[in-house]
Amino acid sequence: MFAAVLLGGAVVSVWIMLGAFSVAVVVGLFMALVASTRNRPLRFLVTCYVEVFRNVPALTQLFIIYFGLAQIGLRLQPIPAAIIGLGLGGGALLTEVFRAGIEALHHGQREAALAVGMTPLMAVRHIILPQAWRIVLPPLGNYSMSLLKETSVASAIAAPEIMFYARQLVTRTFETPLIYSMTAFLYLAMCLPIGRLVARLERGSRSWQ
Amino acid sequence: MSATSPPGAAAPRATPAVSRQGDAAVVTIEDLYKNFGSLEVLKGIDLAIAWGEKVAIIGPSGSGKSTLLRCVNYLEVPTRGHIYLEGELFGERLVDGRHVRMSERELASQRKHIGMIFQSFYLWPHLTARENVAIAPEKVFGLPRKAALELADTMLAKVHLAEKRDAFPERLSGGQQQRVAIARALAQEPKVILFDEPTSALDPELVGEVLKVIEELAAEGRSMMLVTHEIRFAQNVADRVVFIDHGVIVEQGPPAEVIRRPSHERTRSFLSQLLQDG
Repeated sequence: MFAAVLLGGAVVSVWIMLGAFSVAVVVGLFMALVASTRNRPLRFLVTCYVEVFRNVPALTQLFIIYFGLAQIGLRLQPIPAAIIGLGLGGGALLTEVFRAGIEALHHGQREAALAVGMTPLMAVRHIILPQAWRIVLPPLGNYSMSLLKETSVASAIAAPEIMFYARQLVTRTFETPLIYSMTAFLYLAMCLPIGRLVARLERGSRSWQ
Repeated sequence: MSATSPPGAAAPRATPAVSRQGDAAVVTIEDLYKNFGSLEVLKGIDLAIAWGEKVAIIGPSGSGKSTLLRCVNYLEVPTRGHIYLEGELFGERLVDGRHVRMSERELASQRKHIGMIFQSFYLWPHLTARENVAIAPEKVFGLPRKAALELADTMLAKVHLAEKRDAFPERLSGGQQQRVAIARALAQEPKVILFDEPTSALDPELVGEVLKVIEELAAEGRSMMLVTHEIRFAQNVADRVVFIDHGVIVEQGPPAEVIRRPSHERTRSFLSQLLQDG
């Protein structure tokens, strides 16, 4: 019976994680590409974004987005609020990851692409990203695992995920050790496959070295 | 702004087939200056490369010859002066009589007509030799994938690497990598090929195979600009040798004259030093 309730929460946790991950990848990639341009004002904005979101705890960010925005009339549901909050925080992290991946490539890679007539965007798509992908895969995997665990902070804004239900069950039944052990087991069971998946992707991405 | 319009600009754009055979140059470099910060690398270069002409550019390291080549396809944006490809302004447009830089998209559509060979090859390591050659025909020129790969095979055969088509660059020797890079440039069907010290990064025993391929291309009547330290090679292949020092053209002429009987002291001392080392 506990298990059924917690499993329901686990599904929500996974959805929050997937949503936040998508937001983080899109935002991070975009910011990293902007950061690699020569436009100084834009680069400064990226730096601001990264520093603000990287140096403010996820819980604080969630409270601002959920309670703070509600004050000015923008009322978000807990799950979307969690996805946006965690996604923007992760975006800051991934901006740095992607930027490092892009900068690890020799500038000649891009120059050769431009020389054959590719636009900068084509160079990114066909030459830069396929190579950067291999570099960022391990940190991306780490991030997705820590993100799944971090979704637990969404319980603080009443998103109905595992920790939210776990605490509810505990206050109702006082079966503290049992419920939290089950919770821990569920997180473990969800995180392990992610690690496996990443390892497989690393092996599966075509080897050229 | 310039009273002396480049020779190519005078040719009517409507008849490219005629201007090909006519007196129009394939590349015209006009009053080119390039600064990096306060460092003046190029200080007023004027140079025209005729159709089918092979121009070797020699000079001491730091003389600006690589920068000159990189300005021709706008990998470096000139500080002043203009480039013309087949008499058409390159990398810029005229708006109300003023030169304005093109968008990256427009620039790309001009660049695809210029092939470039880099000193360090810059093959793309995540693609096989064949894919390295095929990607521009497919993505830039819009060929169907199958046709692009067939074209790549043809070009790899031209550089004598047909059997290496499925190898990743990592598995190729430096000489083979540079030949793939040449095939990649050939697949663009370029109007002119820029060689930026194509053999300088190679082990001595691999230089010959690359020079041989370049000679074969030269024999096909392709237009080429070659920055090189291989003086004997320049002598064999080039129609004209241009000696650059401190960002200016010191002297130029047929190889026999510039290399055998240089008229400037700077050319003489450069050549004697180079021939001693070689």
